[in-house]
Formats: sequence, C-alpha cells, structure tokens
Amino acid sequence: MWQIFHKLGSPKWFFGIADRWMPWLLWSGLLLLFSGLIWGLAFAPEDYLQGNSYRIIFIHVPSAFLAQSVYIMMAAAAVVTLVWRIKLADVFVKAVAPVGAVLTFLALFTGAVWGKPTWGTWWIWDARLTSMLILLFLYFGVMALAAAIADEKSSARAVAVLVLVGVVNIPIIKYSVEWWNTLHQPATFKLTEKPSMPLEMWVPLLLSVLGLYLLFGWFACLRMQTEILIRERRTRWVKERVQAEGS
Amino acid sequence: MAFESLTAFIEMKGHGPFVWTCYGVFFALMGALIYWSLFQRRRVVQTQRRDMARAAAGADSGRTTVTASFNRINDSQD
Repeated sequence: MWQIFHKLGSPKWFFGIADRWMPWLLWSGLLLLFSGLIWGLAFAPEDYLQGNSYRIIFIHVPSAFLAQSVYIMMAAAAVVTLVWRIKLADVFVKAVAPVGAVLTFLALFTGAVWGKPTWGTWWIWDARLTSMLILLFLYFGVMALAAAIADEKSSARAVAVLVLVGVVNIPIIKYSVEWWNTLHQPATFKLTEKPSMPLEMWVPLLLSVLGLYLLFGWFACLRMQTEILIRERRTRWVKERVQAEGS
Repeated sequence: MAFESLTAFIEMKGHGPFVWTCYGVFFALMGALIYWSLFQRRRVVQTQRRDMARAAAGADSGRTTVTASFNRINDSQD
C-alpha cells in the first residue's frame, strides 16, 4: 500500500503515465465539449421563460462547476502536501491554479452577460456572485504566493495552508443559493434528484461538463509535466527527456 | 435545429449578442490557455537544452563546471 502511494508520488512515474493519458484526455475532452456546445447552441429547444439567452448555461455551468471542483482537488492535494510531504501534490496545486482562475473568471463573466437580459443587471452583490469573486481572488492569491517564495519546501507549505484556509469558501458558494435569498437560481445538477430541466437540455449540458473535465485533466498533465521538468532538471531522466523532446 | 434560418440562429431573437459574446470569450480564453501552456513547455525544454549544450561545451574545453557560487548552489541539495 505504502509502496503504491510513494510510487504515485514519483515524478518520473507520473511523467510516463501523463504521456500515455494526454492524447486521450485532449481529444475525448474536445469531442465531448464540442458536441455538447453545438447541441446546446443549435439543437436544444428554446427556454419558455428566458428565451435563447439560457444557451449561455452550456458554458456557464461547466466553468463554474470545474472552478469549484478544481479548488476542492487543490485542497485535497494540499492535505497530502502537509501530511505526507509528497512533492507531486504541490506540483499539482501550482500547475492547476491558473487553470482554476481562468475557469472562475469565465463563470463570472458569462454569468454577468447572462444576468443582463435575465435579471436586468450585469452585477449585483449577492451571495453566490460575491463568493465566486472571492474564489477568483483565492486563485490569484495562490498564484502570487507560489511565485513569491523561491524555496521549494517553504513555498509548498505556505501555499498548502492558504489553499486549506480558502476551502471554507466552497460550502459558502454551494449553499449560498439556499441560505440566502438571491437572484441566482438553485443548482442545476443534483445527485439526489431528477434533473429539473428537460432531457434535450440536460444531456448537452452533461456532455459539456464532462468534456471540460477531461480537458482540465489534459491541462493538469501538461502543466504538471512542465513543472516537473523545471524541478527535476538535474536528474538524468529529465536530461534524456529534454534531449528527446527538443530534437 | 431549433432555428429556422442562419439569421435566426445568429440573432437568437435579440439575445444573440449576449450568447455569442459568452461563447467568443470562452473559446478565446481556453485557446489562450492551451497556447500559453504549450508555449511554456516548449520554452522550458529549449532553455534546458541550451544550458546542457553550454555545460557540455564547458566540459570539453577543460573547464570544470561550477557547482556553487557566492549566492547560488547549483547542485540539488536533496
């Protein structure tokens, strides 16, 4: 068991696995994402209340969903960093933070543009919107802190602590639509209930969420590999790899 | 198709600008993120190849490579 755990934490082993997964993640991710989006844009029926503006949901919900998932994954990795001192966990946190920031920005931006025709305003300081904005600042904080501390070990610990402190924001985002009276509608995906929207809208949405998840997997692999190449540049296997890749 | 013509698809009964702005920004940012991640990767590989070539040239000319200077230790301390 412990051997498996430590093997999983070996950068060299991860590098090989990522090589094998990356083409699958990229192409299946793009395929699902594009089929979900084209279906949603051109073939899903119009919403009886919101008209066509609801088609923004097919990028808004996947972005917002991933933005929060990525933060939860970072928090899990932060625990691994603090408890077991596995370097790969810290590599993950630093590699995916910018991806999480872009997704959070997209969720906020598409939400604002959707809000204009639906609520009549671009922005309102409501609980869901404000807590998402805090999530964006948390991602920025993680990126800034990671860049500010040069020493690898202190940086890993400091970033992990920041990520864990920020995780308190996640339940606030999730339950904000239930705890407070907000303009934002309740969650689109619920594990315990049947979908509240017709299947012709729900299936393309599910496809685009899955596609973006897979695409995120590709981003994580690629960016972690880059980070490993920098950190392990003195090792022989990285030198051989760099020679092979550059030629 | 949920639309009768291409114009109807683009206009989306007046919601077109909102919908298309969102999709445009989404693809622009995701595309930029893909490009940036690939670019970073290529730059790291190029820098390291150059460093290795330089180190090899230094070794050939009989100079020993410096493992530490006053404020920097080049060898891993792990």
